[in-house]
Amino acid sequence: MKPMQPMNAITLPYRPIALGLLAIAFSALVFQRAQAGGSHYFPPVGDPVVKEECGSCHLAFPPSMLPASSWKRMMGELTNHFGDDASVDPATARHITNYLVSNAGDTGGQRYSDKLLRGTSTSKAPLRITELDRWVKEHREVPAWEWQHKEVRSKANCLACHAGAERGYYDD
Amino acid sequence: MKHHPRKQPGTLLLAATLALLLNTTAFAAPRDELLAGYAAAAKTADPAFAGFSATRGEAFHRQSFAGGKADTPACTSCHARDPRTSGQTPAGKAIDPVALSASPGRYADPAKVEKWFKRNCNEVLGRQCTAQEKGDWLSFMISQ
Ligand code: HEC
Ligand code: HEC
Ligand code: HEC
Repeated sequence: MKPMQPMNAITLPYRPIALGLLAIAFSALVFQRAQAGGSHYFPPVGDPVVKEECGSCHLAFPPSMLPASSWKRMMGELTNHFGDDASVDPATARHITNYLVSNAGDTGGQRYSDKLLRGTSTSKAPLRITELDRWVKEHREVPAWEWQHKEVRSKANCLACHAGAERGYYDD
Repeated sequence: MKHHPRKQPGTLLLAATLALLLNTTAFAAPRDELLAGYAAAAKTADPAFAGFSATRGEAFHRQSFAGGKADTPACTSCHARDPRTSGQTPAGKAIDPVALSASPGRYADPAKVEKWFKRNCNEVLGRQCTAQEKGDWLSFMISQ
């Protein structure tokens, strides 16, 4: 160690502090594992029209969670959207498609989607985030009863388990 | 650098009151127009039509239908039975109360109202709601 290093100048009993920090770090780790782990950030939808039209029935899913091909496909079949009619007028549809496609996981949102889209073939244009290989893998330890819990209801209800989902955080 | 003039609290209060007043009138008009439109259509469909009823609307809100989707047989499958409280969609998203007293901003945008009647009636009844059903339901929500 260099003699001039500021740490050495500290006369406080830093050892207990360091131990305390270690303990906090450890419990944070355990806490995270017990809940939803990791530190992935997926920027939430910022466009008010997309938020209104795609965020009433469920969370407005971050565009970086699917490739552009998926969003194009989904926007082309909104009258039968997972059994629901989510259609909007043509001008609104163009606006939404534009936003989703330019912020998709393989376009503008690439640096956020990295891990989640690994192993996903864009030519397949998957419609469900909850069926991506990586998503399934991250959630394989979630027990069946949890998915059926009345506060959860659906895998698509990210917010039930990820309290920070509306802000883009899926690590709590 | 931009100069921001400092507003007096009194001016702000006045501005806020004016904005509120303007808002209330701006909101009331489309709701009345919406109801008037449904009333005209209801009259055309049935010359004996004698006005909307919040009581009928309440019954409609809570009735179970067989024509729509099995997991959403009633308006109350998503909206709360007591419309002054929040509801929840099948995908778990919370829905703000549909009673006007609890959500004063509602039913001010006729296109939004029509869009959701179209979706939700199809979901629950497997058909479009009649003008009378829409008017009754809205009357119930406005009375709540
Ligand atoms: C029933 C609760 C539950 C629901 C619902 C849920 N998740 Fe998770 N999620 C978890 C848990 C638990 C983990 C952490 C698994 C672990 O740490 O091993 C996790 C992990 C993740 C991760 C990985 C975090 C990281 O950085 O490693 C992402 C991303 C994620 N979830 C996204 C979603 C999305 C998107 C949805 C909705 C479409 C969703 N989750 C719905 C419980 C849930
Ligand atoms: C009328 C209600 C409704 C509207 C509006 C709506 N959706 Fe959905 N969406 C659903 C339903 C229902 C599901 C299936 C949820 C489930 O499996 O529980 C779904 C599922 C999804 C999924 C897949 C979730 C998963 O399992 O990974 C995506 C992505 C999605 N919607 C995007 C959108 C986009 C983009 C828009 C706006 C153009 C939109 N939704 C508007 C009802 C809606
Ligand atoms: C599958 C879930 C679901 C069912 C069932 C359902 N709704 Fe809705 N409804 C919604 C959602 C989601 C919204 C939009 C979110 C919001 O306005 O807060 C909405 C909004 C509305 C609106 C627009 C409110 C506004 O502010 O303009 C009307 C009108 C409406 N619903 C009527 C009905 C009627 C009538 C029924 C029964 C025939 C019904 N809904 C059944 C989910 C549902």
